[in-house]
Amino acid sequence: MSFRIIASQCTQCGACEFECPSGAIKFKGEAYVIDPDKCTECKGAFELQQCASVCPVPETCVPAEL
Amino acid sequence: MSARMTALESLTRTTSLDQLQTPAKSGGCASSSCGSPSQPNDVNSAAWEKIKDHPCYSEEAHHYFARMHVAVAPACNIQCHYCNRKFDCANESRPGVVSEKLTPDQALRKVIAVANEVPQLSVLGIAGPGDACYDWRKTKATCERVAKEIPDIKLCISTNGLALAEHVDELAEMNVDHVTITINMIDPEIGAKIYPWIFHDHRRYTGIEAARILHKRQMLGLEMLTERGILTKINSVMIPGVNDEHLIEVNKWVKERGAFLHNVMPLISDPAHGTHYGLTGQRGPRAIELKALRNRLEGGAKLMRHCRQCRADAVGLLGEDRGQEFTLDQVPGEITYDASKRETYRDVVARERGDYITAKNDAIGMIKDAGSGGSLLVAVATKGGGRINEHFGHAKEFQVYEASAMGIKFVEHRKVEQYCLGGWGEETTLERVLAVLEGIDILLCAKIGDCPKHQLTEAGLRATDAFGYDYIETAISTLYAAEFGAEPLPTRA
Ligand code: SF4
Ligand code: SF4
Ligand code: SF4
Repeated sequence: MSFRIIASQCTQCGACEFECPSGAIKFKGEAYVIDPDKCTECKGAFELQQCASVCPVPETCVPAEL
Repeated sequence: MSARMTALESLTRTTSLDQLQTPAKSGGCASSSCGSPSQPNDVNSAAWEKIKDHPCYSEEAHHYFARMHVAVAPACNIQCHYCNRKFDCANESRPGVVSEKLTPDQALRKVIAVANEVPQLSVLGIAGPGDACYDWRKTKATCERVAKEIPDIKLCISTNGLALAEHVDELAEMNVDHVTITINMIDPEIGAKIYPWIFHDHRRYTGIEAARILHKRQMLGLEMLTERGILTKINSVMIPGVNDEHLIEVNKWVKERGAFLHNVMPLISDPAHGTHYGLTGQRGPRAIELKALRNRLEGGAKLMRHCRQCRADAVGLLGEDRGQEFTLDQVPGEITYDASKRETYRDVVARERGDYITAKNDAIGMIKDAGSGGSLLVAVATKGGGRINEHFGHAKEFQVYEASAMGIKFVEHRKVEQYCLGGWGEETTLERVLAVLEGIDILLCAKIGDCPKHQLTEAGLRATDAFGYDYIETAISTLYAAEFGAEPLPTRA
């Protein structure tokens, strides 16, 4: 399981990139994207997903199946 | 005096070193200023050394020096109700707004391009659009790279203070001499109305708990900076009904902790900007409310009154923004720093401003000595150098001075739409200018046409270009003397 970023909402601030403990977030083209193979949902590292906790736009870093 | 004016003006226009130096030499030393006091009366020498070239920290310096911001730090660890992070715009002028975000390398190229072209440049600031201390790696890389290429540039950063304490030592090592902290509250109950959340220690906090952490971190950061002798400016956003009265308390707290300046700014809350405050109808303060609050703060931490609430990528003197001339696509891929223009400009300014400060002190002394109870509110059109040197029709703002038994004080600036674009003024624009100039007794400019002058007179506002190219304070003291029957200063130079 992984998180994903809704590109149309992303402000490209990059905060999620440097908070991600798994190095799963990179800037590609227009927005930041999450590599589903690397994303651990922050399990074992933090209580809550860092990308979703720091992102300034609500509902932008969300579980991938949504 | 106009010969010397040409010297300073031409410096910012011409391109070859020869051209720069010829008029500079002819300026000569026409007054008692050689070796005379070259600092205003109200700051001590150690602080003056740090602020004398910083347009934001010194009202006096802002006549001569320019700052530029580079937008390298877009990530933020706080949400504020007056900020909308989705907003990017080339035409808006307000904090947080940028048209392009830069990497540290792109920023370096841009700083060099500006330093080569804008001789007034003295300060590089990093003011977001996020938080310079939170987005620290980019802030640090930018500061280090620029300081290596242009060692004399002053480094300045802006922060909300949440992640400040952990970087204070590095800031000191990097010779960052100026730090602005935005502090809107010292009471977490009020803070909770301004900040919906913060991100700290790997988690999101909300409500009073968030505001309490933020408050503690801000005070700690401020105290640490003061300990290390780094000058601090506190920015507070005045939000009517939320923290307006409270800012009096904030002013006391920051003064006790060594803040050098306190800059109280009006909330900007246009619904079109999409901020929480904009969308919920929270209004910003009216100009007179802001002025009244600033007056009540007089006597606490020293106030900054000349802030322009610049964009996070602004370039140039405070009243202007030349950012659009230096967008990345206009900056060469390879560029080397050429110090010649900045150096020549500084030499001339060093001479010129000594003369200006003497003239200014004389003028202020005269008004104080006059002992009259009268006061005058004077609007001035200027483009720098401490002189009345802008045409009425070209002014984008007027600087407002108050002459009273206390001397002559800069009180505020008022923005206007340019009355005359390419020589044609529109009637409605003049009406708007008049509205902006409400309460002003006299307007001073380098030149004004008969028609607008007549219309201003009809509206009860005296406008004159009789003092064109004179020093602002000298002209005001002459007017004051005429108005209240004091002895004018003998003509200088
Ligand atoms: S959920 Fe955690 S691991 Fe996954 S992308 Fe977000 S921050 Fe990285
Ligand atoms: S934190 Fe949110 S807005 Fe910022 S880059 Fe990541 S997804 Fe985009
Ligand atoms: S926003 Fe105010 S303090 Fe910042 S650069 Fe502009 S004038 Fe100076």
